Amino acid sequence: MSEQKRLIVEGLSIEFAGQSVVRNLSFTLEPGKTLALVGESGSGKSVTARSLIGLAGEGARVTARTLSYAGQDLLSLSERGWRDLRGKDIGFVLQDALVSLDPLRPVGKEILEVLETHRWGDRQSRGERVIELLETVGVPEPQLRARQRPDQLSGGLRQRALIASALALNPGLVIADEPTTALDATVQAQILEVLQQIKARGDSLLIISHDLAVVAQLADEVLVLRHGEVVEQGPMEQVLRTPRHAYTRSLLDAVPAEHARGTRLSPEQGGKAVTERPGADSPVLLKASGLGKRYVGPDQQVRQVVDGVGFELRAGRTLGIVGESGSGKTTVARIALGLLEPDAGSVQFLDVPWSAAGDGRVAEKSRRLHRRDISVIYQDPLSSFDPRWSVGQILADALDVAGIPFEQQRARIAQLLHQVRLPAELSTRRPLQLSGGQRQRVAIARAIASNPKVIICDEPVSALDVSVQAQVLDLLADLQASLGLAYLFISHDLGVIRHVSDEVLVMRHGKVVENASVESLFDNPQHEYTRRLLGAVPRLPGADTQLVVPPLEPESAVLLFDESRLWKIAI
Amino acid sequence: MSELTLGTPLPAIRVQRTPRVWRVGPLLAVTFLLLVVIAAIVPQLFASSDPLAIVPRDAFHPPSWAHWFGTDQSGRDIFSRVIYGTRQSLFIGLAATAIAMSIAIVLGLLGGLGGARIDRGVGWLLEVLFAFPSLILALLFVAIFGSGIGPLIIATGLGGAPGYARMVRGQVLAVRNAGYIESAKALGHPPLRIIIRQLLPNAMRPLIVTLTMGVGQAIVWASALSFLGLGARPPAPEWGTMLSMGRDFIANAWWLTFFPGLFIVLTTLSTTVAGRYLQQRLEGRLS
Repeated sequence: MSEQKRLIVEGLSIEFAGQSVVRNLSFTLEPGKTLALVGESGSGKSVTARSLIGLAGEGARVTARTLSYAGQDLLSLSERGWRDLRGKDIGFVLQDALVSLDPLRPVGKEILEVLETHRWGDRQSRGERVIELLETVGVPEPQLRARQRPDQLSGGLRQRALIASALALNPGLVIADEPTTALDATVQAQILEVLQQIKARGDSLLIISHDLAVVAQLADEVLVLRHGEVVEQGPMEQVLRTPRHAYTRSLLDAVPAEHARGTRLSPEQGGKAVTERPGADSPVLLKASGLGKRYVGPDQQVRQVVDGVGFELRAGRTLGIVGESGSGKTTVARIALGLLEPDAGSVQFLDVPWSAAGDGRVAEKSRRLHRRDISVIYQDPLSSFDPRWSVGQILADALDVAGIPFEQQRARIAQLLHQVRLPAELSTRRPLQLSGGQRQRVAIARAIASNPKVIICDEPVSALDVSVQAQVLDLLADLQASLGLAYLFISHDLGVIRHVSDEVLVMRHGKVVENASVESLFDNPQHEYTRRLLGAVPRLPGADTQLVVPPLEPESAVLLFDESRLWKIAI
Repeated sequence: MSELTLGTPLPAIRVQRTPRVWRVGPLLAVTFLLLVVIAAIVPQLFASSDPLAIVPRDAFHPPSWAHWFGTDQSGRDIFSRVIYGTRQSLFIGLAATAIAMSIAIVLGLLGGLGGARIDRGVGWLLEVLFAFPSLILALLFVAIFGSGIGPLIIATGLGGAPGYARMVRGQVLAVRNAGYIESAKALGHPPLRIIIRQLLPNAMRPLIVTLTMGVGQAIVWASALSFLGLGARPPAPEWGTMLSMGRDFIANAWWLTFFPGLFIVLTTLSTTVAGRYLQQRLEGRLS
C-alpha cells in the first residue's frame, strides 16, 4: 500500500494576479524518501509547498499537468476534499512555531484538535495519542508539557510540539517549511533528528530550506529554485558535491563555515583574499573584566545572566562571541556599548573607564563624548531606524553626532552609501522600502558614519539569506581592512563566527566556557560544551579540503546525541 | 493533460499595494473642513451682511433667497451669524485641544519617563481628573474666573487633558523601548535631543488622528457650555449661544436652532471622518 503513496508533480506553475511565481516544476517523491526544495527568499519554495496542500493563497492560480498524491488527483479536489487530506494524509510543519501555535491554548489541545477534526479514535484514546506523539518527537515529561502554553516552552520544544501535531494522524507525507531556521545549533540538531525518524518510519518528507547544510543531513534529492524556476535537480550528493549550475555553486560558496577567514563568500569579486590583519599584539581598545549582570524574573527568581565575563578587543581585530539563546551574549554586548550598567566588573575603553559597577560607575554624560568611537549593528536593522526617516535622514542624524557640519553632510552621505555599495538614489527612500540586505547595509553605513574604532555587531547576519549574508560578511571584512575597525561580533552561528573571528569567546549560561584563538578553538576545542556545539553543526558533504578544521572524532561528537547517526558525516 | 485552477479563500501570501483612491466620504469631509477654515479666516467671502446688525422689521423670516438660513428674533441674518460663528467655534475647538494636548504631553512625558514614583503620582492625578465630571470641572472654572471665551477654552481643554495624557504616557512607554531610541543613545545623542527629535514625534504619531477627532469633540463641548450660558455672551455669533437663544422659539421658528446645530454636527462629523481616513493612511504607510 505504501508503495502507492507517491507524490507526483508535473509541470507545476503558480501565478498571482497574472504574475508568475513558480514555473514548470516537476518532481516525484517516493515513499520513505526526502526531497529538499532549496532557494532564497522569493524563490517560490514556500508557495510550492503550500500549493501541495491547497493553501497557495488567495488569488493564486495553480496549474499543473499532474499533481497527485497516493493516486489521488489533487487538482480536482474541492475545499472539503483538501480539508480531509490536510493533516490526515499530508502533515505540514510551519517555520515559526511561536506564530503557528495558538498562544492561549496548551500545546496538547492543539494536537488534540487535529485528532478531533479528523474524528480519530475516542476521547480516551485521543488523550493517550497526544502523549504518545509528544514522546515520539522527544518532548520530555509529555504529561506536563501537554498542559503548557507555547510561551512556556522553549523554541525547540515548541517546534517539536508543532511537528507532533503534523504527525498526529500518521500522514504518509510530511512537509516542513524551514523547520530549523531561527533555532540554536544544538536544538536544530535535535529537530533534525526528529525529522530523520519520520524518514526512518517509511514516510516521505518534503523539506524546504535555504540552509544547504541542513538539507545535506536529510535529503535524498535536492531541487534548487531561483525566481520560481528549477536551476538544478538531482540526488543530494551530486548536487552538493558537484553542482553543475553556477547558482548552486554560489549558494555553496556562501556558506561561511566552509571557507577560511580572509576568503570571499560572494561571487561578485571572486575568491581573492582580504589584506592582512593586525596581529595579536595590536593595542587593546576595549577591555572587560569580571562582568556580571543579574535580573529578577517575573517569578521573583534571580537569574545571573552574565557571570564573570572578561575579554580584550584589540585594534583592527575581531572577537567573536558565540553561544546559544539565553547564554547572555547580547547582555554582554549591551554592557560593552555602555547601554546597560553591569552589577559587577568593569569595561575600559582605551584604558579609560567606560562602564563599571558600584563606586566606579561612569556617568552617561562623560561616556557620550566617546560614543562616536563605538558603534553598533543590530540583527534587525529595521527596528533600529526611526520609522519616519529616510535613509538620508538616518545617516544625517549619525553625522550630527560626529560633528559633521550640515553643508558637508550631503557629500558624506553619498560617500557612505558608496562605501557600503548602495546606490546614492537610495538616500531618499525609507527603510521599509528596502530589502533585508540593503537595510543592513544602511545600518553599517550609519555605524561607520562617525569613524568609529569599534563596531559591536549583534547577530548582524542572522536574519539574512545565505548569499546576502555572504555579501554583508564580505562588506564587513572590506571595511575592517580599509578603516582598521575592530569588531565585537556576536552570533549563534558557529560557521559565521569561525569565518570572521580572530579570537572566540564561547558563552553558556552567562559564563565564558572557552576563550581561544579561532584556530585552536575549532581545531582543538578544550571544553566539552564547545565540542558539543561544534558537533551539532550540520555540514555539507565533501566540504572544502583546504579546511583547517579536521573532522571531530565520532566519540566527541556523539556526547549528547549518541543515539543518532546524524553527525558522522564524512568530510 | 488537465489544467485546473485552485482557488482557496485563505490569506494571500503576497500583499498587493492598493491604489490610493479618494473615497467620497473623506473627500466631502476634507472639503467641508477646508470651507470652514476659510470661513473662519475670511467670513466676508461667504456672508455679505453684518452678523450683529439688528433689523427689527425683518425678525423671524423663514429661509429665503434673501436670507438663506432665515433671520432671528432681532432680524439678524442667521447665515451670516453661522459663518461668522465659525471663527469662534473653530478657535475654541483648536485652542481647547491645544491646551489639552500640552497638559497631556507634559503629564504623559513625566509619567512615561520620570520613573516609577513620578509615574504613580501622575497616575493618581489623572484618576482624580477622570473622576470629576468634566462639566462640573468646567462649572468650577467658570465660577472662579467668570464666564467668557477664555475660561471656556481652559475648562474644555482641562476636561480633555486626562484622556490624552493616558494615551501619551502609553505611547511614550512603548516608544522609549524601541530599537531606534536605543541606537540613538548608542550614537551619543543627548537625552533632550532624543526626546524632542525622536521620542515625542513617534509617540505623537498615532495621536494625530485622535487629535483631529478631538477638535470636533471640543467644539461640541464648548457649544454645550455656551448653550448653558457659561461661554460666549448672547449677541456674539457663537453656535452654542445661537442654539440657546433659538431654543425659546423652536416651536415657531425651527431655523433659529436648526442651522447652528447642523453646522456643529457637520463640523464634528467631518473631523471624525477625516481623522479615520488619516488613520488608515498612516497605518498603511507604517506596516
